[in-house]
Amino acid sequence: MIRVNGADRPLPEDPRILLSDHLRHGLGLTGTHVGCEHGVCGCCTVLLGGRPVRACLLLAVQLDGQEVTTIEGLAPDAATLHPIQQAFHECHALQCGFCTPGFLLAVKGLLDDHPDPTKSEIQEGISGNLCRCTGYANIRRAVRRAADLSRGAR
Amino acid sequence: MTTRWFGERVHRREDARLLRGAGRFTDDVGEQALEGCFVRSPYAHARVLTVDASAARRHPGVHAVYTARDLPFGERDLPLLIPHPALTHGRTQRCLAGSTVRYAGEAVAFVVADNRYVAEDAADLVEVEYEPLPVVWPLEAAAEARALVHDDVPGNVAAELTQESGDVDRALASASHRRRFRFRYERGAAAPLEARATWARWDAHEGRLTMYDSTQSPTSIRGGLAVLFGLPESSVEVIAPDVGGGFGPKIMLFYPDEILVPFAAMRLRRPVKWTEDRREHFTAVNHERGQVHEVEVGHDAAGRLLALDVDFINDAGAYTPYGIILPIITAGQIPGPYRVPSYRVRFRDLYTNATPTSPYRGAGRPHACFVMERTLDAIAADLGLAREEVRRRNLIQADQFPYEVGVAWQDGNRVVYDSGDYPGLLDKALNQLGPRPAGDHIGMGLGMYVEGTGVGPYEGAHVQVLVGGKVIASTALPTQGQAHATVFAQLVADQLGVAPDDVTVTTGDTRRFQWGVGTFASRAAVVAGNAMAVAAGMVAEKAKRIAAEHLEVDEADLELVGGQVRVKGSPDRGLPLAAVAVLSNPVRYAFGGGTEAATQFAPRPRPGPPLPAGEQPGLEATGYFSPTGSAWASGCHAAWVRVDPRTLRLEILRYVVVHDCGRVINPTVLEGQIQGGVAQGIGGAFYERLAYDAEAQLRNASFMEFLMPYATEIPDVVIDHQETPSPLNPLGVKGAGEAGVIPVGAVIASAIEEALGVSITEMPLSPLRLFELTRPPA
Repeated sequence: MIRVNGADRPLPEDPRILLSDHLRHGLGLTGTHVGCEHGVCGCCTVLLGGRPVRACLLLAVQLDGQEVTTIEGLAPDAATLHPIQQAFHECHALQCGFCTPGFLLAVKGLLDDHPDPTKSEIQEGISGNLCRCTGYANIRRAVRRAADLSRGAR
Repeated sequence: MTTRWFGERVHRREDARLLRGAGRFTDDVGEQALEGCFVRSPYAHARVLTVDASAARRHPGVHAVYTARDLPFGERDLPLLIPHPALTHGRTQRCLAGSTVRYAGEAVAFVVADNRYVAEDAADLVEVEYEPLPVVWPLEAAAEARALVHDDVPGNVAAELTQESGDVDRALASASHRRRFRFRYERGAAAPLEARATWARWDAHEGRLTMYDSTQSPTSIRGGLAVLFGLPESSVEVIAPDVGGGFGPKIMLFYPDEILVPFAAMRLRRPVKWTEDRREHFTAVNHERGQVHEVEVGHDAAGRLLALDVDFINDAGAYTPYGIILPIITAGQIPGPYRVPSYRVRFRDLYTNATPTSPYRGAGRPHACFVMERTLDAIAADLGLAREEVRRRNLIQADQFPYEVGVAWQDGNRVVYDSGDYPGLLDKALNQLGPRPAGDHIGMGLGMYVEGTGVGPYEGAHVQVLVGGKVIASTALPTQGQAHATVFAQLVADQLGVAPDDVTVTTGDTRRFQWGVGTFASRAAVVAGNAMAVAAGMVAEKAKRIAAEHLEVDEADLELVGGQVRVKGSPDRGLPLAAVAVLSNPVRYAFGGGTEAATQFAPRPRPGPPLPAGEQPGLEATGYFSPTGSAWASGCHAAWVRVDPRTLRLEILRYVVVHDCGRVINPTVLEGQIQGGVAQGIGGAFYERLAYDAEAQLRNASFMEFLMPYATEIPDVVIDHQETPSPLNPLGVKGAGEAGVIPVGAVIASAIEEALGVSITEMPLSPLRLFELTRPPA
């Protein structure tokens, strides 16, 4: 079993199934996107025990008993966006939206470590994810805004 | 026209879904679809001797393996999309290669299995015997033509075209200053983060084919599939759902999967899908940019251009499905915003044994801009003038529009600039750039460009007010992140007096709107945007017509404001738009939503038939916009760039864009397009390089080795606007999608040249290439 977004879910029988494929096609959580399948683009970023990881570099069966959060588990409920999601919306930090789930979860990891990140911590924190649409400027702004929203919310 | 939402920084309507991971991209569509995998040629040029799929067919979980011989259309060439009289030797590939492969990555067989894992296993079992042939690579080798890509294409020349405006020979002969240059621009890749994907279902009972496709032109795919399979177009539905970036190459048609996936779905009576992986995307999806230019310029002692003579070759790749649009655009755009009294341009479109080429964001323009801007920088250096001064002396002036360049344009018309203020752009950009930063090895980059946007032939839109008062709108062209659902909602909202949040826009779904062309050439806002305004305007007129009868006032006295159709000056006299929607459709049976007001015993304003002659039921309209010519956007980029003399790393200290795309619908969306375009331009100028070896094998087909910029490489671009409305469309807008990318190569080259004092005549650059240029071998 694997715990995904707070619920126990089955693991695949076939040991070679990637976590990214299992989430998408086995469990129907298609918000985890696959951009390169070799760990560079970051589109498939999920949280494993709260830390950002590349779902395309893990086999699903490796994660027996572990806890995974996907983009579907980020917002507190159907009516409310997570502050990071809200900030990306306000700052126009997404265009096609394909890289966005990976960015949001990478930023979740960043802000958990650095609730009030410096400019260079922001740059470092998002430098493992590729975006081909936005040119990153609004993503940087959104991370700053998300930090402010999160701290205000606390 | 009311312009309440036009120009506002409206937040995106499409975000909520995408932020929650609830977007719907083609690979997200499941329904127990079987999955396909291609067998692709490992050779850039080879004869295919045998294809043995028997072991693959026997593999457990495999449903079908198709080779060229298994296809009823296997002997047919794929369509040549844009024929041209100068394209005397156009060639297109087959869906699956039968006897010859002409680029590494060309599809040879297609396996359909229970899932992608099994399909990949089986693809490995397909035995293909090849006989390698001499490889034509790089582009210069194609011109030498020691070997041929196609046996029946002499000299590898697909097309040749010469155009001349003025008398170049005479002008050159009389010029006091003449110089020659050679510029080389390598091919590049769009690399959207979502690779391509297709999904198809055949409903045998209804005789209906449904296809999800990450295409930039669902209507064309639909038309092509209907012809290929002998179906009426009404029986083929093509949907481009959320698409993870397009940037041009997703509009090529057909890629083999776009035929084989629906074909397999029809044969196997099961949904079938195919999702490209990154490695195959690098060679299976079209590239662009490869050109070599020989240039001669004549100018006077003040740096004023007298004549420009350009002879260039364009890398077509192995086939010419997209015709010669790319070199035509380059030829048309080399003069840019400058007066070139005599201009001659000759191009040859040459076959090479590499992936075919078709437009990638910028489409023929970054290389055109590079040629012109590098030439002007050289003139400035020769004459000891500032680079901006040479430009200022040659710019077309604001009172010279419409300005005819004297060569052909990609839409069949001539290149005629509709409006602009180029000196204004230059002044603003220099102003924004500010003083030279302190320090060594810093260079200024400067580049100006024009861009023919919003090409025809047309787009359409359907707008309907529902009985609940909400508005739906649709257009055929699809979206890959350009915020169409927001900007089109703004345009509709203005016409109907509602808020953008009340308008739900659907794009790229032939079930909703079947007539249209596609998303390319920075045309969506111009062509579909104006169609949206036309359709919504027709709905507004109809709403006034109906409300006028019921309110017993003149239509001309009505206005649409705040979701009401009301009497001007008497805001309390009016009808909600929802009520007008009800009244627009006389019913016998009320179905809720207030429709009892339109049944037969409800009060009616006039005698006669419930639906007046000539009127159609429903508060809806379909409108079209077809431009007479391109709307020419323009801009100026300027930058301060430092090059570390030890590591030859690039540091962009300040990057400024002043952009004129006519009237701005949504500044936030526009700035996002520009920032993203500049990022793609920086990637193409200094980081990304398709590393082909002498055998035309792409050696870096992964994101580990094809270095797209991360946040660490891209600065926050300073963006400023100038608004010169286009006279060619009612909204006065011009396209903006490609503007960010066009001059970046020229700007980076200009800056590095100054920073390091080396001559830059090629793209892309890299630290390694700068090392070679700054330390020539002894």
